Amino acid sequence: MQGSPVFKSRFLPWLLLLPSILILLFFSYYPAIQSFVASLYRTNLLLGTRRFIGFENFVALFTGPFAPAYRQVLAQSLLFSACVVVFGLAISLFLAVLANQPIRGARVYRLLLIWPFALSPAIAGVVFSFIFNPEVGLVNQILSATLGIKPRWLDTPVLAFALVVSAAIWKNIGYNIVFYLAALQNIPRELSEAAEIDGANPVQRFFAITFPMLSPMTFFLLFTNLTYSFFDTFGLIDVLTKGGPIGPEPFNNAGLTTNLAYKLVQDGFLGSANLGVAATQSIVLLFIVVIFTTLQFRYGNRNVHYGG
Amino acid sequence: MRRNSWLIHLILTVACLIIAAPILFALIKASQTRAAVNSANLIPGTLFFENLAAAWRQGNLGNYMRNSLLIALTVTTGKTLLSLMAGMALVFFQFRFKPFVFGFILFTLMMPIEVLIVGLFDLISLRPPSSWEAFATWIRNPANLVQPAQFGLGWANTYWAIIVPFLASATGTFLFRQHFMSIPRSLADAAKIDGAGPLRFLRSVLIPMSWNTIGALAVIQFVYVWDQYLWPRVIIQQSERQVVQVGLNLIIGVGQGTQWNEVMAGAIIALLPPLVVFILLQEQFMRGFALSENK
Repeated sequence: MQGSPVFKSRFLPWLLLLPSILILLFFSYYPAIQSFVASLYRTNLLLGTRRFIGFENFVALFTGPFAPAYRQVLAQSLLFSACVVVFGLAISLFLAVLANQPIRGARVYRLLLIWPFALSPAIAGVVFSFIFNPEVGLVNQILSATLGIKPRWLDTPVLAFALVVSAAIWKNIGYNIVFYLAALQNIPRELSEAAEIDGANPVQRFFAITFPMLSPMTFFLLFTNLTYSFFDTFGLIDVLTKGGPIGPEPFNNAGLTTNLAYKLVQDGFLGSANLGVAATQSIVLLFIVVIFTTLQFRYGNRNVHYGG
Repeated sequence: MRRNSWLIHLILTVACLIIAAPILFALIKASQTRAAVNSANLIPGTLFFENLAAAWRQGNLGNYMRNSLLIALTVTTGKTLLSLMAGMALVFFQFRFKPFVFGFILFTLMMPIEVLIVGLFDLISLRPPSSWEAFATWIRNPANLVQPAQFGLGWANTYWAIIVPFLASATGTFLFRQHFMSIPRSLADAAKIDGAGPLRFLRSVLIPMSWNTIGALAVIQFVYVWDQYLWPRVIIQQSERQVVQVGLNLIIGVGQGTQWNEVMAGAIIALLPPLVVFILLQEQFMRGFALSENK
């Protein structure tokens, strides 16, 4: 906005900003500082004791007793996110391009493709846990009737991992397609038509025009999907696998579908109640988010929306 | 019409079916009898409302839905209002430290609940100080702010715990700021020349011009709050205060006794409110958010 802003008042702007500033100060900044403080202490909830130990929790997490489990969780989080991002974006892009063609009923297709946007990871987990229930689930009923097998989907490491990845992709397809459709509608049709007159076939047109024109949106979605797979899949993992079965060597130190966020909550709140180590993990996560965001601002030329 | 449009129709139809399949399956199973639900039978039954009623009463679903609705409506309204106010201050007023304040708000985008959860849990669940004197002694020493917390708000198991920390929104403030910056200067100047004060300007010019942004934000926030799982799962331990996302998992319970037809009926009802909001405000959402991303 150019020029001097319209209204002159000394107090009104601060009055308008005050509620937001207070809430963010008390419920974002203060807890962030407190999480960092907690990461410097060893806490025993049962005895109610706290002892200052400096960066010992960080050392324990990366080279000490917690390291094997944490490194495994770090590795599988990256693998999990890579699968969700790559397959999720590829499928969404493919469907969005098709739904953007001038065909009859395109509006209906679009709505039927994007509605899972409103679906929650926890509900996706509830439905998937019934479909893949080893005894009464539909998939095993069909498999045992036709092939005579009953795989234990949620107790078999590789199957559980694949299932969580699939459910996570399915839940986020709607979100991705919404943004791809919006970006596709902003590409001038003349470009594609000119290429068509020049004799380019649909596949050539896609790679020469559509894909490059969409790259800013792909870049934006890359980061929102990374954030989604790191953080928003908590409900899905908790309902579906509770962290999953222990994997084969060298993945035998933690559940195979445990990601960084799930591990943090598991260590801090769902059993071991090791708040110091959980707080340390939250500081590591904060670093990861800062790196994501810096990369996005540095190379993206567009702005972040986490939906928070 | 293109030669290969039938192929596009085929692929899209199959894709739509695959995407809808898990929910269609849940819908069918939600309508079946206890005998049919545990079989491969995919013929819709007629007992949807009976199963729903059973989950609603015995499974506490009615309670969970009421809690979720209360929280989602409050947070959505609060977030929209607070970000509208903050966006207005950031665009139409001049004051010191403006870039700093904007940065302060925007930086919280990098603090999802997972990053805050240990500190936030203490802040919400610890008991408040026993007296004003105790609090005054504590606050007088600034070093206490970087010590492990001794006092909190004592909000565990209350609605406050899931509402108040989420009332401010960096996304919302950012969206409103972007939108207000696209409003022509001449309009604001004209309003001022006509003698309109800031509040009059807000009511008669800004809000009427912002329905797309308001609608888009309402969709984003309603879906986000309704679908929230981790925080209520950790901070709410009494089932009568729990939200439906966590409550559904409680209906599944443990052991062999799960009534899957009732659980599926619950899942269908629990996904309806955000879906209805999304479908009703789909146009605003596309225009106010998805498309504005391309600026």
